[in-house]
Amino acid sequence: MRWLRENFFGGWASGVFTLLLILILWKALPPFIDWAFLDAVWRPDPKACRAGEGACWGFIAEKHRFILFGTYPYELHWRPAIATVLLIGLWIFSAFRVFWKWWLSIVWLVGLTLIGILMWGGIFGMRYVENERWGGMILTLLLTTFGLAFAFPLSILLALGRRSDMPVIRALCVGYIELIRGVPLISLLFMASVMLPLFLPSGVTIDKLLRAQIAMILFAAAYLAEVVRGGLQAIPQGQYDAAHALALPYWRRTCLIILPQALRISVPPLVNTFIGFFKDTSLVLIIGLFDLLSTIKISLQDRTWTGFGVEAYLFASLVYFAFCFAMSRYSRSFERK
Amino acid sequence: MIEMIKVSKWFASFQALKEVDLAVGRGEKVVVCGPSGSGKSTLIRLVNRLEAHQEGRVIVDGVELTDDPRAIDTVRREVGMVFQSFNLFPHLTVLENLTLAPVWVKRVPRKEAEETAMHFLARVRIPEQAAKYPSQLSGGQQQRVAIARALCMRPKLMLFDEPTSALDPEMIKEVLDVMVELAREGMTMMVVTHEMGFAKTVADRVVFMDGGRVVEAAPPAEFFGAPKTDRARLFLSQVLGH
Repeated sequence: MRWLRENFFGGWASGVFTLLLILILWKALPPFIDWAFLDAVWRPDPKACRAGEGACWGFIAEKHRFILFGTYPYELHWRPAIATVLLIGLWIFSAFRVFWKWWLSIVWLVGLTLIGILMWGGIFGMRYVENERWGGMILTLLLTTFGLAFAFPLSILLALGRRSDMPVIRALCVGYIELIRGVPLISLLFMASVMLPLFLPSGVTIDKLLRAQIAMILFAAAYLAEVVRGGLQAIPQGQYDAAHALALPYWRRTCLIILPQALRISVPPLVNTFIGFFKDTSLVLIIGLFDLLSTIKISLQDRTWTGFGVEAYLFASLVYFAFCFAMSRYSRSFERK
Repeated sequence: MIEMIKVSKWFASFQALKEVDLAVGRGEKVVVCGPSGSGKSTLIRLVNRLEAHQEGRVIVDGVELTDDPRAIDTVRREVGMVFQSFNLFPHLTVLENLTLAPVWVKRVPRKEAEETAMHFLARVRIPEQAAKYPSQLSGGQQQRVAIARALCMRPKLMLFDEPTSALDPEMIKEVLDVMVELAREGMTMMVVTHEMGFAKTVADRVVFMDGGRVVEAAPPAEFFGAPKTDRARLFLSQVLGH
């Protein structure tokens, strides 16, 4: 009782807000529960869905294969399924500090190779599947994984370059960052998919997925570079003085003294950018790649199932939320150390 | 050991040092004092090129400091420095602070570097703190770690830039004691400080600076007993007066 009074009715303002909130929940929660659970139709039966009042989870049940795996050949869905689990497993495994050893990179290399073999196939009697047909969950996760794996190191180099004593390097880095930041991701993706092939010598082709991936890496690197630069600027001059006085050369000074401190300071805004990037992968939709959100959108175009957008997007939100919330909680626990 | 010939230094249009001449011999202990803004810190930071001079010559242990990175590197390997704000590396333990430069600059095997580090930690009387992080230590302890960190590089010359100015009064003595001991062992030292007691007991020479110039340079008995200039007399009355 006392805890209740102190936390919810500490003052008149807090009391009013508590009452207001209870009122809103009272009005909103029961209808939502009715809709989402009590009146919901769970069977994949469009007629029952249209007749009923509640949510049509049958739609998700019916379309979950396409939503999760996109246009990947139906009978081979076990391959992206294992790849997805493997990739998520790799992320979870890497979250534990005790595994932060040199061999973690070997684990990743082996893991990603396995994922590649599963997704492409073509060996061990597995049918070859060109990456134009990859889609759904695994595409979102792969775009994020490779995007961050390349963009983050690149962003560190850009941030260091922007603070370099060498005018040419500094100008190049500033130019790059400002140019990319000044352009929306959508237009970068369009450029990558439409313009890039025009610049390539004839005969050389880069597939659509790789082009999108490159555009996303370039985009994320510019944003992350500014976050890293913020961390670098927070390092006091005294740290540089001490490193100079000990005769530490540039790269050792940077890697052993400056970056470990700067990156630690940057964890909250870095995770913020990571989360944004994870969600931005959904923009590949516009150049015809079917990530998780695109597959949902396409599922909705099925004549028999039109009109169940709320359920579909709620499902997408939950999936995105699960990943983003996990990232955010992890960063919180990381900051406390 | 250190030779400065007509050294001048500007920060934008402000001239911090004006044709300073100064020589420090091997094994000599020189205390630099003077009012704030007189250029003492700038002077000491020229010796390991934390600041670059624009005119004149600075020669340290036979190597002239120019823009040449190799010359700068050679000098920095021979010169240890202790700062007013300690400048320990906060993300590393005390032991890691001490072994970092020997391992990564001098390529000393880690085990040997750790032995050296423990030796110097014992010398500054805090061997039990080796596994702690700097933030867990008092100011006096941190400054003693900073001294040990510089000594681990086996320098020929030690620079001290106001090593006790950021310390609480009760911690000043523990740092000065370590410095006095170091001086007794014959280390060449250049010390910027307001601790006139330290200057009297340890210094071979006191250099008094004002307005970017060396105004007086004399053995402590002479400098404290009979300062030649009015500015030095005024400074001493202010520093010793209370």
